[in-house]
Formats: sequence, C-alpha cells, structure tokens
Amino acid sequence: MKYLLRRGAFYLLTAWAAITLNFFIPRMLPGDPVRSLINRFQGRISVEATESLYILFGLDEGRPLWRQYLDYWGNLFSGDLGLSFAYFPTPVADIIGQSLPWTLVLVGLSTILSFLLGTMLGIWVGWRRGTWADGLLPVTNFFAAIPYFWIGLLAIALFAVVWPVFPASGGYDGGLIPSATPEFIGSAVYHGILPAVTIIISSMAGWILGMRNMMVTVSSEDYVTVAHAKGLPERKVMVGYAARNAILPNISGFALSLGFIVGGTLVTEMVFTYPGIGYMLYQAVGAKDYPLMQGFFLVITLSVLVANMLADIAYAVLDPRTRQEA
Amino acid sequence: MVTAVEPPAVTPGATTARRSRRGSTNLLFLRNRKTVVGLILLTFFMVLALIGDVIAPYDPSATSPIGLQPPSTDHLLGTTSLGQDILSQILVGTRGVLVVAFLAGALATVLSVLVGITAGYLGGTSDEVLSLVSNIFLVIPALPLIIIVTGLLPSAGGLTIALIIALTGWAWGSRVLRAQTLSLRNRDFVEAARANGESTWRIIIFEILPNLTAVIASGFIGTVIFAMLSEITLAFIGVTSISDWNWGTILFWAQSNQALAMGAWWWFVPAGLCIAGVGTALTLINFGIDEFVNPRLRSTGQNAKVLRAKKIRARVGFTPVLRDTTADRKPPRGAPPSRRTPLPKEQP
Amino acid sequence: MTLHSNQPVLEIRNLSVDYGYDDNAVHALRGVDLTLHAGEVLGLAGESGCGKSTLAYAATRLLPPPGLITGGEVIFTSTRDDRRFDLLTADDRRLRATRWEDTAIVFQGAMNSLNPVYRIGRQLTDAIAAHRPQQSAADRSARAHELLELVGIPANRMRSYPHQLSGGMRQRVMIAMALALEPQIVIMDEPTTALDVVVQRQIIQQLMRLRTELGFAVVFITHDVSLLIELADRIAVMYAGQIIEDATAVEMYRAPRHPYTDGLLHSFPPLHGPRQELGGIPGSPPDLVALPAGCSFAPRCRFAFDRCETDHPVLTKTALGDEESHRRVACFQHDRDAESIPDSLMVRHS
Repeated sequence: MKYLLRRGAFYLLTAWAAITLNFFIPRMLPGDPVRSLINRFQGRISVEATESLYILFGLDEGRPLWRQYLDYWGNLFSGDLGLSFAYFPTPVADIIGQSLPWTLVLVGLSTILSFLLGTMLGIWVGWRRGTWADGLLPVTNFFAAIPYFWIGLLAIALFAVVWPVFPASGGYDGGLIPSATPEFIGSAVYHGILPAVTIIISSMAGWILGMRNMMVTVSSEDYVTVAHAKGLPERKVMVGYAARNAILPNISGFALSLGFIVGGTLVTEMVFTYPGIGYMLYQAVGAKDYPLMQGFFLVITLSVLVANMLADIAYAVLDPRTRQEA
Repeated sequence: MVTAVEPPAVTPGATTARRSRRGSTNLLFLRNRKTVVGLILLTFFMVLALIGDVIAPYDPSATSPIGLQPPSTDHLLGTTSLGQDILSQILVGTRGVLVVAFLAGALATVLSVLVGITAGYLGGTSDEVLSLVSNIFLVIPALPLIIIVTGLLPSAGGLTIALIIALTGWAWGSRVLRAQTLSLRNRDFVEAARANGESTWRIIIFEILPNLTAVIASGFIGTVIFAMLSEITLAFIGVTSISDWNWGTILFWAQSNQALAMGAWWWFVPAGLCIAGVGTALTLINFGIDEFVNPRLRSTGQNAKVLRAKKIRARVGFTPVLRDTTADRKPPRGAPPSRRTPLPKEQP
Repeated sequence: MTLHSNQPVLEIRNLSVDYGYDDNAVHALRGVDLTLHAGEVLGLAGESGCGKSTLAYAATRLLPPPGLITGGEVIFTSTRDDRRFDLLTADDRRLRATRWEDTAIVFQGAMNSLNPVYRIGRQLTDAIAAHRPQQSAADRSARAHELLELVGIPANRMRSYPHQLSGGMRQRVMIAMALALEPQIVIMDEPTTALDVVVQRQIIQQLMRLRTELGFAVVFITHDVSLLIELADRIAVMYAGQIIEDATAVEMYRAPRHPYTDGLLHSFPPLHGPRQELGGIPGSPPDLVALPAGCSFAPRCRFAFDRCETDHPVLTKTALGDEESHRRVACFQHDRDAESIPDSLMVRHS
C-alpha cells in the first residue's frame, strides 16, 4: 500500500512537472512567431479565445508570471486548451477528442499484444537455451535495431503496393462516416491491421531479448535449482519459478519504455496517415500550430503517466516484496 | 538490462568486482564473435562517415534531368525524382547521422554518470531528489518532447539536436548506474577505502568508477542507438533542417514524393538498411558487453559448437553426463525401472 | 548412537566431474568413491572449494552449467522396495520421480533458496502435489501444517512470503520442505553456516531428533569438522576434489591417518585436556586449475617425502590393513614399512 501511495505521489508530481513544462516552453521561444499568428487571425477570434491564447502563450505582459500560471491551470481544468491555428477555429480539445480514441485503440492494443507475445517468446527462448532457439536471437536483434517507421514503409511497400492486400493509409474507408456500425468498425479494423502489425513486429524484438536475458539470469538462481531438486514438472518450474520472477524487471522496464514506444508508434501513424494523435501532431508541427502541439504533448504525457501507473499496480500485485517497504 | 546478481557459490570463474582488472578479461571480451562482427560493422560505417563526401560520385543535392531511375551502373542505388544520386546521399549522410548520435550519446552518458553515481553513492536526501528528477525525465515521453521543442525552434542544426536528445535521454542510464552504485557501495573494498579515510570523490573515481565501466559502456551504446533513431525520426518528419544530408532526410523526401506509391523501393530501402546496420552493429557490441558483465549469459557462442559436437545439452537442474562410447552400456529406452545390471545386494 | 545398517543406500563409484566443456575444463572431482548406508549420518568435510558441495550436487545431477559429469556411477538402492538404478543414466522422468521422494536436499536457507513470489505454504505443497497427485488439496495443506509443526514454526506462517521470515526460520522451512515426502536420504548442504551459534544449535538438535524419529540417512556437508565429530557416524574428508580419508567419527578424532586430517583436528582446541599449541596448516588449498603433480597435499604436508611429489595416491587401506578394514586413506605413508611411518599417523585406539 505504501508503495502505491509513494508511486501515486510521484506521478502527481511528474504530471505537475509536465504541465509546468508545457507552460514554459512557448515562453522560451526565441522570437515571437505566436504573436504574428494571432495578429494574422485578428478579427476572427473572439475576445475569450484571444484571452485564452494569451494565457497559453504568455503574451500578455501586463500580468505577472504567477498570475498567468494560475490562469493556465484554471483553463486546463475547464478543458480549455485554446484554439487550433491550423484548424481554426476548432478548439484544441475537440481535435484531441477526435484523434485520441484511434491512437488509444491502435497503440494500446498493439503495445499490449507485442508485450505479451514478446514475453512469451522470450520465456520460451530463454528456457530452451543452448538449443536451436538461440538462432532466433540475431534475427530479433536485427529487428530491434530498425526504426518503426521503416518497417511501416516496408510493410506498405509489400502489402499495399506490390501485393495490394491492405490499404496503404487512413484509418477507415474514406467514403464512410464514423459511426458505430459494423461496416465502419470492420473498415476500421481492416485499416488498422497493417499499422498494428508494424508496431507489434518492431517492438516485440525488445521484449523477446529482455525477457530472454532475464530468464537466463533467473534460471541460475538457487530457487530454480531447488524447484528442479523437488522433481517438479518442467512447465511448473519454467512458469512458476523462473518466468514469474524474470518478468518483474520487464514490467518495470515496460513502464519506463512506454515513453519511447509512444514515440515510435506516433511515427508509425504518420507513415500510415492514420488519424490518431501521432499523425495530427505531425500536421501540427508542419503547420506550426502551437496550441495543438501543446495540447498533444500534454495528452501524450498524461497518458504515459497513467499507463506507468497501471504498470506499477501490476508490479505491486506480482511482487510481494513491494508490499512491504523495507 | 544488465544485472549485478552474484552467481551461486558452486560455479567458478564468475566476474567479481575487482580493484584492478586483469588484462586477460579485456581479450575475453573481444573473443566473443558477436562483438567482433559488431565492431567490424561499426568501423565500416565510421570509415564511411569520415570519407563519405570524398568518395561520393555525385553531389547529393545536385539535381539532374533524368528523374526517378532504378539502380543502374551510373547510379548504383538509383536516383530520386529530382535526379539526385541516392548513393551519394547515403554516403554523405552517414557523417551527419553518426556525429549527432555519438555526440548525443556522449553528452547523455556524462549526465547519467554524474547524476546516477552521485545519487547511488550519497544516498539520503540527495538520492531522493536526484532520483525524482531522473524519474520525471524518464517518464515524460522523449520523442514528442523532442518533436515539439525542435519544432518550436526556428532552425535546428546537428548540435542543437544532439543537445536536446541528450537532455531527454540521459535518465535511463542514470537509473541503472544508481542501482549499480548502490550495490557496490556496500562492498568490502569500498568500506575499506572509507575506513582508510579516502575522500568521497577519490572513492567514486578510483574505486567505484572502474567497476562500472562495462555498465557505462553498455548505457552509452544504448543511448547512441536511441539518439540515432530519434534524429532519423526527426529528419523524417521534416523537423530538422533539410539542408544537411541525413538518412532520415532521404526518407523524408521519399515520403513526400510518394516513393511508395510509385514503387521506387530503391529510394527508401537502402537508408533503412543502413540504419538497421548501424543499429545492429551497436546492439551486437552491447550483447558482447552484457555477456561479459553477466557471465551467465555467456557460453552460447563458442561453447554451443563444442556442446553440439559432444552431444551435451547443458541444462539447469539436469547435469549432463558424458558417456564414453566404449565403456558403459546404456539400458534400452523403456527398460523396466527395477533392475539394470545384477549388482549383488549386501546382506544387512 | 549408530542406528545404521550395513545396507548401502547410495553408492558413488569413480565419479569424475569437470567444470567447463572444452579442453581447459577444470577437473573438480577425480574418481571419487563413497558409500552411504541406510540410516547413517555421513559427514563430508573439507575447506571451501575442496569439492564437497560439487560431489553432492553431481551425485543428484543438480550441478549447474558449466558442470559436466565425465564418468562414474551413482547407484541408489531403495530400502523400501526393489528399486536399484544408476542416477547418472536415469532419464528425465525417472530422475524427477526419484527426486525429493527418495533423496531430498536441505539447501542453505539463504534468501535465494526460496521463491520470492510464492508463499511458504505453496512451496511446501507443490512438491507434494508433484509426487502425490492423488492427494487432495486439503490433505496437502494438512501435511504442510504438520511439517511446519515438526520444525517448530507456527502454523500461521503458511501464508508468509520468504522475505518476511528470519534466517533461522527460512532454514527450518528448507528442512521442513525436504522432509515433505519422507525421503530415504537427506543431503544437508552447510545448513548452519549462515546462522548464529544459538540458532545453529537449535537447528542441529531438531535435525537429529527428526532423524531418530524418521530414520533417514544423512549426508552432512560442512567445513566445521568439530560439528561432525559430534554428530556423524562416519566422516569423509575431502581435499582438492578427492576423498583423502574415510573413517568413523570416533576413530578419526582419536586416530587420524592422513596428515591433512591430523592438521585439521589440531586446528581447533579441545575443551578438556591439557593446553595445546594450535597447529593449523601452513599454505592454502591448491588452485584446481593448476594442481601439483603427485599428491595434491604434498606442498603443505610436513610428512611429505620423495614419492609424494611424483605419484598420485588413491583411497585405499591404511597401514594397519585388516585391523581396520573399513577405514580408507589416500596417503603414501601408509604404503611404507611400519618403522618409516610417523607416529602421529599411526595412533592405535582401543
């Protein structure tokens, strides 16, 4: 319990740090591109919108910094993330709301699947050490070194152009309107397969290697020898004694590498023009749409924090030693 | 993912922390075939980085009217839709990639060494504070942050990119180093040095640091890989300056010009292979370091051949038995469990 | 004190073990012969690195990589039924079946010997479940309770995790675990090394009491010879991968036949009797990678003569021959004429 409370406090602190970082970044911009943009849109922005943009970007020199900071927080809590420049006058919050589900589903499912598959394969390869299974490692190594987006490009080239099995881009068939119909969902799934497979293949390699190394290390621990000495069946030793312990560092590793994974998956979205956060962020950067970029950064960071928290809970459940902070 | 767990007492030859290292352990590191392959591959790319722009047949930015062409004798890797030679682009781009990657790796490693070792050694509040800082950096997703920061800057040259990547990527290494330092701190030789009155800095530099070199090296390589992938991704997105040639930039142009749709595989495949090549080389070297530090991971290379030849399978819990083919007769499979050879039972 | 019969339950013959698979493998054990009889307490003594643990683990085929058994036999003869087989040629299935059921090991109760993520109760019952699948969960649980009671641990500890127990309790759990299936042989690997003296005493007493009750044979591995003299029926002393003396505890104490044993016994002071100079043995144990030619103990032996440096002694009868036919020693002194043998190696006892 104490462990979870500590972690919870840490996450709150990190969230605060991320939000504060978000607050300060535009204020550290050299030059003042934001103001020129606001000037450009003058007349088409309501007073309130200009107000919130000022707050977001700290252009109102009249107010002291801490005041701006408080107003910034106030805005956040009321869900006001400003207006997007590129999709003017759509509020940033709306755009995020539209693209977030796509990313959650694609990235969430793929990451979990790749973790599960990678872990299982890693357990198997690590246990069968010294057999032909070791030969898989160099191949896995190779894949771990390839950037996600390149595999995406390759996948598109092979399965969308050369053999047109899957669509090359988009989240769903352009002719359909997003709704909860089976037709739409079917189309969404169809479009999601190639990006999902890309993510799974590129990130699986890391899990396989990590899990395999841990299995090899744990296999030489005394308690595994004891398990063998007790004459327990092989499956029980492999899963209950070895894997159960080997997976622990991997779970905390999973949590930590989420930040990195999210980065990679975002790029995959860009490659596939998948209407998730990644692709929208890409557009935002291209269009110098600062409010949108800020909003995305915030959402991404907070999601990663939540995922980290979930991983921590899983870790606490699996490792009884954490339940007693020594 | 390097561990510092002590091997069981039964196994000899395990690596233990030493005050000075024997020369032979260095050679052992090189004997690992994987490492050698990795080193050779890396050296190849480093040579390219050095002489790339000299041996490039064409100016990578020079356009020509021939347009998009598949590989030919004139252009070994084909041309872009503007008629630029892709081989030259790759050769010239090597330097950009490697310089930024290694620079970022070095900066990040320095940071992680400073923070990690200090936190691990000093303990107490300094540790809490430093750990908090590094955890925050760790959890905040690096790539989006890098994208936004570089996107906000008016122009991002190689040096700036390296700096930003270093600032977002140092946290992982510092965490590993902190854990290692913590375990080393309680070892006897450190206690002895402290009892002798050695100052904290001297202990850190002369006692602890030498034992961490393998972990630091492994962290450095990991960060270099991360840096390379990040910078290429940035170039691919179009965030970094397009004037410097970079493998990612090649892919950026390939993507913007719909290379895929046109089936121009030669535009994006070589760049990806080069990235994978450097990445694999670094990972192999990392493997070598991992196996060197953690002896349990060893013996899959050399020994595998010997084992297969002798038909031994080394397993935990079932020690293999070497059988002289002339000596013993093995009972046929499925023989009844009771008696094998009639050995006289002694009378009580 | 001797409850054992002469029926051998474990016969180790000519066991050789290497560490490493190639040409520069270390020869950890070279042709070791040892017999354990039903119900007896056999002590295996020696300095760190002499091979006593290696012997025990190789005999049960639990030696971790890069261990390799290069020759010999380990024959188990059951005292309860007709089974008799060589552990080294047994297939996986038979090996698993005999493990824990016939031969159990009490590992050192270090933190690492227990699975950190399972509760104690589960670690006790999973061995039972593996060998007696027909027993119900309730039966297994009851048996686990029984076992904890046997070693003096309160039953409510069943739901504890290993990190919640003290060192002494963990060692007791290891003992309880080993006795779960009432094996015929219990091998104890330095069961008291990690414990303080008071707890040591308790544990040993408990062990010996259990042995009297249940009648299993014990192989007690330790570097503490004084402990063995108290507890064991017979003692085998190891040096550099070989057994160099094998005798009953009383005989060994009163009349050691090997210079090393002689040295060992003079390394700790007796509580009674006149004050003695503590002897000790000069030098340190040899590096197994670079063993001297001839007798491995020769460089440190005060009785070494020219033959000791060229030939390698094997375990054989002492100079007193048939008078003490059950004793064995590996020393060339015992191959000489009676006048040449040093007196301290030829003490006769009544």
